[in-house]
Amino acid sequence: MTVLCLVELDGADPADVSLRALTLARTLGDPSVRSVVFGDSANVPAAALADYGVTDVYVIEPGTLEGYAPQAWARVLADLATETGATAVLAAGTDRGNEVLAHLGAITGLPMAANCTVVTPDGGRTHRLVRHRWAGLLLEDAVMEAPVALFTVATDAVSPVAAGVSAETPASLQVHVHKPELAEADLVVRAAESAGRAGGVSLATARVVVGGGRGVGGPDGFAPLEELAELLGGVVGVSRVVTSEGWRPHRQQVGQTGTKITPELYLACGISGAIQHIAGCAGAKHIIAINTDPGAPILAHADYAIIGDLHQVIPALVAALRAR
Amino acid sequence: MEILVCVKRVPTVGGKIAVTPDGQQVDTRMSGFSISPHEECAVEEAVQITERAGGSVSVLTLGPEAAIEQLRGALALGAGRAVLLETDGREFGPIATAAAIAAEVRAHGYDLVLLGNEAADTGDYQVGVRLAHELGWPVATGIKNLSVSPGGVVARREYRGGQEAYQLPLPAVITVKEGINLPRYPSLPGRLRAKRAAVERSAPVSAAEGLRKETLRVPASSQHQATVLGNGADAVPELVRVLDELGILS
Repeated sequence: MTVLCLVELDGADPADVSLRALTLARTLGDPSVRSVVFGDSANVPAAALADYGVTDVYVIEPGTLEGYAPQAWARVLADLATETGATAVLAAGTDRGNEVLAHLGAITGLPMAANCTVVTPDGGRTHRLVRHRWAGLLLEDAVMEAPVALFTVATDAVSPVAAGVSAETPASLQVHVHKPELAEADLVVRAAESAGRAGGVSLATARVVVGGGRGVGGPDGFAPLEELAELLGGVVGVSRVVTSEGWRPHRQQVGQTGTKITPELYLACGISGAIQHIAGCAGAKHIIAINTDPGAPILAHADYAIIGDLHQVIPALVAALRAR
Repeated sequence: MEILVCVKRVPTVGGKIAVTPDGQQVDTRMSGFSISPHEECAVEEAVQITERAGGSVSVLTLGPEAAIEQLRGALALGAGRAVLLETDGREFGPIATAAAIAAEVRAHGYDLVLLGNEAADTGDYQVGVRLAHELGWPVATGIKNLSVSPGGVVARREYRGGQEAYQLPLPAVITVKEGINLPRYPSLPGRLRAKRAAVERSAPVSAAEGLRKETLRVPASSQHQATVLGNGADAVPELVRVLDELGILS
């Protein structure tokens, strides 16, 4: 049984979200997990992929297909699924992953299940799955009947776990350079410029996120949060009210309609904890809340809390950390 | 510029989300209904484009008769025409939904179709893309900045903390995200106009799709009560100790 997984790259490494998708891919029976990478074959992160149980990687080089073109990427997956006889094709539930798998669903006429947390083969063409609805506030148990199961993985719900290859079966990985035949229509939409934030930490991948909500009080109140985030090697995220009020740009929003985060620590300051916000931060390993209201809903999701005004607590915390 | 905006009636969930005893839908006894923030922004974007470039905005929903409430909401914001693809309450899957919308697009003719990036409730992330394939049109998803010229659009979205841009010829399908604009509030004349406006109706057929919902459930509760470390700045030493213990400071 073959399972095909789109792997996105983060510089020279597989993106953390793709490692999460590969972790789920390995649970599909006892599959041969093969991955598809768009990049230079000389720079394929072979060791990292082998660690996650990948046996074969298909590389589409920039000379064949330069940059990101969602429909072309989906066409490549469709061709490789046929070539390898894959019973499932999956990707991380990112903007790109969901988009490419949606195209793949449209190209093949097959159903696609977005943001799955569990997928189990159930004989023949059947897969049973659990997927996020309401951005993970609800779970849907569903049955997929299809010759090839197409789905994306809810990356905030699956932790990346390496395969733990045993001594008897050392990791080995076959690299295949794949040259797809693409129609002009597949290339009409392509990213003209893709610029990830250079050198910085992005909200989606940050190890620490310092969150600010209504309690920050206004656009001028974020400097101490920025200072704390920098001290902790993290970034600032905000609640929806902060972006609707125009205090901070929307790209900093954590929540159902913003970014879903998976940090080691989320420090929620002056955030009451509407469920749309919880949907964005539930993937945090630890949550600490700073809030004046001991009855705030965020306290039911936090591991620790300080009852108090963030305008006093944050500067004191910054001072204490600087003194260490 | 003829623009169609697709919206979906979904429960307004506030502090809590619950499922009906049969596990088939969200319990709406205590909630109202709305459209998702992404779709509010899609309506606003369409209205802004036609304010600048001329043309008109139609709004479409696929749902029960009660979804006329959401169509009137969009009419109040500046859409000029409303279309209800009426269902009998059963859920349409994304394939059937895209086919039903495509039929309306073919019948009326549009330059641009806007949708939210994903519906708030089902989160299928694919109706816009499937619609584009049905029509043979280009599509870009997750868009947070759109500039329209007669020949095409430039659409930008976030990518790893930066951004990426797409150029699409028209006609095209674009799915947008909250943040592309700040939606306006409806004006009083807008509300009055919306109340009187006619709603065009048709009843598309649904077909079983290969993905079948069995039940909805609330995730096993991760809810607990936080351990309170103390009050105000006095709690900071204890907070530093916890941060150290969690490995955050190493």
